[in-house]
Parts: sequence; C-alpha cells; structure tokens
Amino acid sequence: MKKLVWERKDLLGLADLSKEEVELILETAESFKEVSSRQIKKVPALRGKTVVNLFYEPSTRTRVSFEIAAKRLSCDVINIIADTSSVRKGESLVDTGKNLEALKIDIIVLRHNSSGAAHLLARNVGVSVINAGDGWHEHPTQALLDIFTLKEKFGKIAGLNVTIVGDIAHSRVARSNIWGLTKLGANVCVCAPASLLPAEIEKLGVRAVTDLDEALKGADCVNVLRMQLERDERSIFPSSLDYFKEYGITAERLKKLKKNILIMHPGPLNRGVEISSEVADGKDSVILEQVTNGIAVRMAVLYLVSQGKEKYAFNY
Amino acid sequence: MKKIKILDREAIRRALIRIAHEILERNRGAQDLCLIGIRTRGVYLAQRLCEQIKNIEDRSVPVGILDITLYRDDLTLIAPHPVVHKTEIDFDINDKNIILVDDVLYTGRTIRAALDALIDFGRPKTIQVAVLIDRGHRELPIRADYVGKNIPTAKDEFVEVYLEEVDGKEEVVIIEL
Amino acid sequence: MRLIIKEGYIVDPVNNLIGEADILIEEGIIKKINKKIEENVDNIISAKDRIVMPALIDLHVHLREPGREDKETILTGTEAASKGGITTILVMPNTDPAIDSPEAVRLLKERIKRTARIDVLIASTITLRREGKVLVDFEALKKEGVVAITDDGSSVDDENLLLKAMQEAKEKDLLLLLHCEDKSLSSKGMVNLGVISTRLGLRGIPKEAEYRRVERDIKLSKKINAPIHITHVSCKESVDLIAKAKKEGIRVTCDTAPHYFSLTEEELLNFDTNKKVNPPLRKKEDLLAIKEALKEGIIDCIASDHAPHTEHEKEVEFENAEFGTIGLETELAVAITYLVEPGLIDWCKLVELFCINPSKILKIDKGTLAIGKPAELIILDPSKEWVVKKDDFLSLSKNSAFLGMRLKGKVEYTIYKGKIIYPF
Repeated sequence: MKKLVWERKDLLGLADLSKEEVELILETAESFKEVSSRQIKKVPALRGKTVVNLFYEPSTRTRVSFEIAAKRLSCDVINIIADTSSVRKGESLVDTGKNLEALKIDIIVLRHNSSGAAHLLARNVGVSVINAGDGWHEHPTQALLDIFTLKEKFGKIAGLNVTIVGDIAHSRVARSNIWGLTKLGANVCVCAPASLLPAEIEKLGVRAVTDLDEALKGADCVNVLRMQLERDERSIFPSSLDYFKEYGITAERLKKLKKNILIMHPGPLNRGVEISSEVADGKDSVILEQVTNGIAVRMAVLYLVSQGKEKYAFNY
Repeated sequence: MKKIKILDREAIRRALIRIAHEILERNRGAQDLCLIGIRTRGVYLAQRLCEQIKNIEDRSVPVGILDITLYRDDLTLIAPHPVVHKTEIDFDINDKNIILVDDVLYTGRTIRAALDALIDFGRPKTIQVAVLIDRGHRELPIRADYVGKNIPTAKDEFVEVYLEEVDGKEEVVIIEL
Repeated sequence: MRLIIKEGYIVDPVNNLIGEADILIEEGIIKKINKKIEENVDNIISAKDRIVMPALIDLHVHLREPGREDKETILTGTEAASKGGITTILVMPNTDPAIDSPEAVRLLKERIKRTARIDVLIASTITLRREGKVLVDFEALKKEGVVAITDDGSSVDDENLLLKAMQEAKEKDLLLLLHCEDKSLSSKGMVNLGVISTRLGLRGIPKEAEYRRVERDIKLSKKINAPIHITHVSCKESVDLIAKAKKEGIRVTCDTAPHYFSLTEEELLNFDTNKKVNPPLRKKEDLLAIKEALKEGIIDCIASDHAPHTEHEKEVEFENAEFGTIGLETELAVAITYLVEPGLIDWCKLVELFCINPSKILKIDKGTLAIGKPAELIILDPSKEWVVKKDDFLSLSKNSAFLGMRLKGKVEYTIYKGKIIYPF
C-alpha cells in the first residue's frame, strides 16, 4: 500500500477530507503530543515560518491554542484581532489576505463569523489557510482534537456511539465532528430541541433525536455543545433554565444509564446551562484533556499544511 | 542496476557483538549507559545492542527511540513534508552516556539533527555514535565512535540496510545505478 | 445592402420552414427563402452545417443603467446580448432610481436610443420605488411606451394592491411579470433549505417561499380573470401549480432561467458565490421537473435573469455576496447542452422557448423568419464546443454561474434588422 502524503495547501473543513487524510492528521498529532511533555517544549521544524492568527470573532482559547502550537514548532506568530486592525475600516477579507501575503507570511489561521469565509480566503491567496471556525460551517481542528481524545480513550473510533447535544443548527463544531466521526466509522447521534436541528441533518448519516435520554442510551461518549445564548435569534431558543431541565447533562440523568459515558465539551463551559458542574468536573470528564490535545492536533495541522503553495503547485 | 551484498546475516550479528563489546569497554561497563535508536532502522539496531549488552553484562540498559524529522535541516525544501513519528525517550538523559544508533552514516546531517533533538531533552554527560555502516562523504564535522563496517562508496551509489524486523530479510547491499 | 445566407439549416416552425435553404436579405428585410438563391449581392455568408433560426427574445434582463453603470450599461449589456444571439430584451426596472415614473422612462428611452445595439423593451415597477405600497401611474407609463410592469426582486405582499395592479394591467394591456417570493419565509436565506444549507451552515430558503406565492398569485389571477406571467420558476411545486392552473384555463404564463435546468444546489458546496441566485438552485428532482415542464409546454419560455454584479460584490463572504448570475451570453448554449443535446427537446421546441413564446407573451411581432419582415436571425454552429471563461464575456460583469463549464453550440452571426451586429 502506498503511503498517503498530504498535498493540501489548506485545511478548510473535514467534509472534503478522505478517511485516510483524517487518520494521517491524527497519527501525526500523536507524534506531536510528546513534544509538549518535554522540558524544552519546542522543535525547530517550522523555523522561519510566519503564522498569522486572523480572528474576526473573539476566541481566546482557539487563538491561544494555535499560538502555542505554532510557537512549539518555532514559527513566528502574529495575532490580528478584527477590532484593532483595518478590518474595521471596511477592508474586505480578500484584500486583507492579499496584504498579508504581500508581507510574506506563510500560514493564515482564520476565525470568521461567516460560513465559507475560509474557502473564500483560500482561493484568493497562495499561502496556506487553516479554518479556525467559519460561521456555522466547520471548525475542523476542534473536531480533530475531539476525535483524537476519543481515540486516546477508546483506542479506536469505528463502532463508537457518540452523541452530540446542543444547538446543532448553529454549530460548526457539530458539523465538523459529524464529518470526522462518520468517516472513521462511528455511529453519531445528534440531539437538540426540534427548532435547533437543521434541515435534513439525517442525510449526513446521523441519527437525530429530540429526547436526551433516548440520545444517551447506549452512548460511549457525549459531546456537549456550548449553548450560545448571545445569538440574535433569541425567539427560537428556550430560556437557559428550561434548556437545562430538558437538555442539561446532569449526574442524575447519567446515573440512569447502564454504563459510564465519556464527557466532552469544546468550551467555554456554561455551567448550569448545558452541563452541571458535578459532571463537568467529574471523573468521566475529559474536557481539560481535550484542551491539551488541541495543541498536538494544531501542531500536526500546521506542520502538514506548511509546505506552501509554490511547492504544492510543483507537485502537479 | 547492480546489487552487491556486503554484509549477510552472520556478518551483521558479529559486527553488533563487537560494537557491544567496544561500547562496554570504552564506557567501563553499562553504568549510566543509554541507547537511543534513530528511526527507523536505528531503533532495531539499538534493541539488538541492548540484548548483546545484557548477554555480556547481565544488565539492562534503557533504549529510547528518536524521530529526527522535526529537526531536519531540509524541511523547507521538502514537499510534501515527511511523515512525523513518535519520539519515545521515557528516561532521564541528564548526566548519562548516550549511544546514538543508526544504520548508515553518510552526510552526517541525520546525526546533526539527532544531536539537536537530544539536547532538547537534557544535558547528557557524553553522546557517542554507533552505526552499522559508514559510507563516507561527510558534509559536516561528524564521526562515528563505533562502526560495523567502513565501505568506500561513490556518491551515486545507494547503501541499503535490510533488517528482519522491518524488511523480512537481513543483509546490507550496495546498489549501483 | 443585399445579403445571402447560403445552405443554412433553417428552423422556423411558425412558417413550417425546417431544412436546408438560402435566405436573401435586402434593405434589412427577408426577401426570399428558397432552396437555392443565385443573385448578385454585397455579401454571402456560408451557413453550411449551421443552424439558422430567429434571434432570441429575453424577457428578463437587468442592465443596471441608470445607477450602476459599473455593473452593466445599456451598451455593454446589449453587446453581450448580441453575442448571445439575442436581439430583443425586456429590461427590469430595479435600477437606481427605479423606473417608476414617466420621467424615468423618458430618460431611459433616451439612453437606449443613444447606445442600445438591439431592441430594448422597458418594464416599469408595479409600485413606487418597488416598496409595495403605492401603485405607479399605469396610464402615463403605458403612454411612454412601457410594455410590462414588475417589482422583480420583490413580490407585492399586499393582496389587494396586487389585485388592483392585475386589474389595471389587464385594462391597459401591460404584461404583469411576477417575482414570487414570500420574504417572511425566505427571510435572510441564501441557499435552498435542506441538506446543502445544513452542510454549508448557511440559512436556507424553503421552497414554500416561492410556491406559496405562486399559489396566491394564481388565485388572484383567477379571481379577476387577469393574465399574469410568473418569472424564474425554480421548483417542482411551482411547476405543478402552474400546470394545474393552465389546465383550468387560468391565464398564467411563466419562464425559467437556464441555471434552474442545468445546475443544482450541490454546485454550492465550494461556496461559489457566482451560483448564489434568487430563487436558489434547487434539488435534482426540481431540475427534472423544470426540464419536463419545458418539454411539455407548462413553462412557456426561457429567460436569462441576467444579473450582473461587480467582482467586489461577489468575491466576498457568501452571506454578503449579491444574488444573481449573468446569462445573456450563455443561455442559448446552456439550453442546447442541457435540453437539445440529451434529446429532451428538438430545435423547433428550442425556437418556441426562446423566440415564439416570448414574442407572444410580449405581444410583439417577432420570433419568425417571415418574408417581408425585418431580418432578425442568428447563425449558429450547433456542434461547436467551448469552455466558459471570464475573459471572453462582453458583459461588464463576469459573475457567471457557468464559468469553467463546457458548453455546446455557439452563435457565429447575429443579424438585427438585416445588419450583422455580431461579430462586430
């Protein structure tokens, strides 16, 4: 069998990746995990490369995770947060990207509130683009670190029963997880109030249910999404108290199940809204391990995409 | 294409036994000794040296695995990037005598990368290099402390080391194009 | 000026002329169509292995003049049309300012007279500024030469107001062109609601937003027996409603645009904003229903909904990109590639969809190659394959949903009033 090589300039989502590409990222991440456990947590692999974190949406944890990952690979990192740059003056995303390219940077890590923004940028610049979350579309590195954590705990993904609970309709984390998990052979169930389940979600190869207890039956893991209470369409959202009653992951609810369930959450936590503190801090919770694994996964992605466009084109 | 066998199974075994003796002699025993194999084939050679040392001294020395990919000086020139594998050194290397083990010593760039990587793990007392084949053509001021066999080669020749554990056979050949 | 087009394969179903023949054009008029014409003329065009058919009539075109001449002008738009084999277009009134007053029409007529290279018919809005509140002065606009009224881009939400407009349009003999969209349902949607909107994480537009309005407008038309024309039909349910209405004798006609019988929502998976159109690209089953309806005559004609936009309005985040694709230069080839080539319709039906039926709907005397009539025809190479490229468009905007596609059938000559206007 021919060994798979990574050829993509960008990582825009998990929808487009083959199963083998997803596996390659996970395997590469395994190798990188050890680097963060060393006394000197830095390797010279990407020395001389410049990574720009271009964030149009506030996100401390994803940005910091990417920044640490890049620095552990010896990259130089520059952070551009929408509020403080020319973004506010109405410069378009494409123009911003082209300007960054003119500054001879190598990788743009993009967080944007508009679905498809990473695709737009990637097709307009020659440098690598990593999607760090675009609108409701995808958040591939979050899903990869979730899957990486699952693989660490269970040894494999195929055959696992994973339930994702929360605002599926507006969740890029849910979408990327669905793509990654189903490609690797997991059985995915999504659970939300009917108004928060997007149209024809079953066609993505998942089970969609509105009853949480049913969704948790037989599950090996539950990935609890953050309830985005700050969104504009408040009318379709239940109040946080009602939500917690119907969809909150609590110890009482979990006690009713026959076996222990691994608890994941992409953070930041809304304690008492989608998850109780007891569960979030409990023995089955791997929420902080997810954070640790995020570094390894992002190092792997930076390493894989960092070969740049010229060399990418050269391959063809 | 011409293939010349330069070492067979027995010759490899004998070379490794000799190197094990030399290592123990130079370091006055197995005290504070660690073996670190460079991926891929250095790992198996290190494990075999470990066994030989155990046979001679009746004492186990720790064996680590080093993947030098992230320390290569040609990373920016290679696309796509080579696959990264795990480094597994689960012992303290501070103040130890480290034997770096690889199959072939050629330009010296792999050993240079390995030295950089090792230094990130701590401050060994000494670092020594053991290789099965030294084929010359060094591009850096690096030399081996223990050599299985010196083989003069031309630059357009290839030296291939096959080991049972990876290749299912045991021999060293020179390939002339 | 005398011109002979020799040995072309003529497709003129109205006059039952189908087959190889020569055409003599004199002083802009078709003089003779015979098996062989040997006369002294100024110009002979050999049309061997070419199709000669009436020039196209497109009753849904946005030229953006006045107001957005950076997107398209009357000059560039009509040049583009001539390249597409079109010699008559109906221009939509959603310009800036909107065409909602006799003054605006006069101004537009002046500009058309100065720069248009083909016949440009004028539509006015139904309501002032397309706000859906106050009806325009139909009488005065009709006097200025407006042939149609439409609030294209929006639907008139107020039933009573629309009913009044229908009545007036009927009395004044104006074509009432209806954009069917209930904006309370389509909301901020961008793509068809379903698995694709879910995959892309984009707000969906339910089909109900279109067909519920189609249903309502048919109901109103029936109520007062007034003719209506529903533009850019995109889904199966709309087709079914229109088929049923036609069976009942309700006076409804309709058109669809080439992208609704050639592209589906799946084309949007790479966030190509050139394929962001309104109504949105639908599912395979809708595309098949549209094709069948074209074949069966439920959909009367094809119109491009040519909607030019600048690159900086299109090459932005999907949600911020303007709706619409240009279509004048590709509509004929798309129809040949997706309808004629696979054997769904024949050349006569194609002429019906592009020439005869639009003439009837617009009540103009065109769409045939009749002797004694102005020569408005095209010569096209039906087997010529070409790839749609940005640089080849004459249109000022390049936002084509068909970029990169391989199409069959290319216009070689467009003749308008006896003169070759394309190539120019």
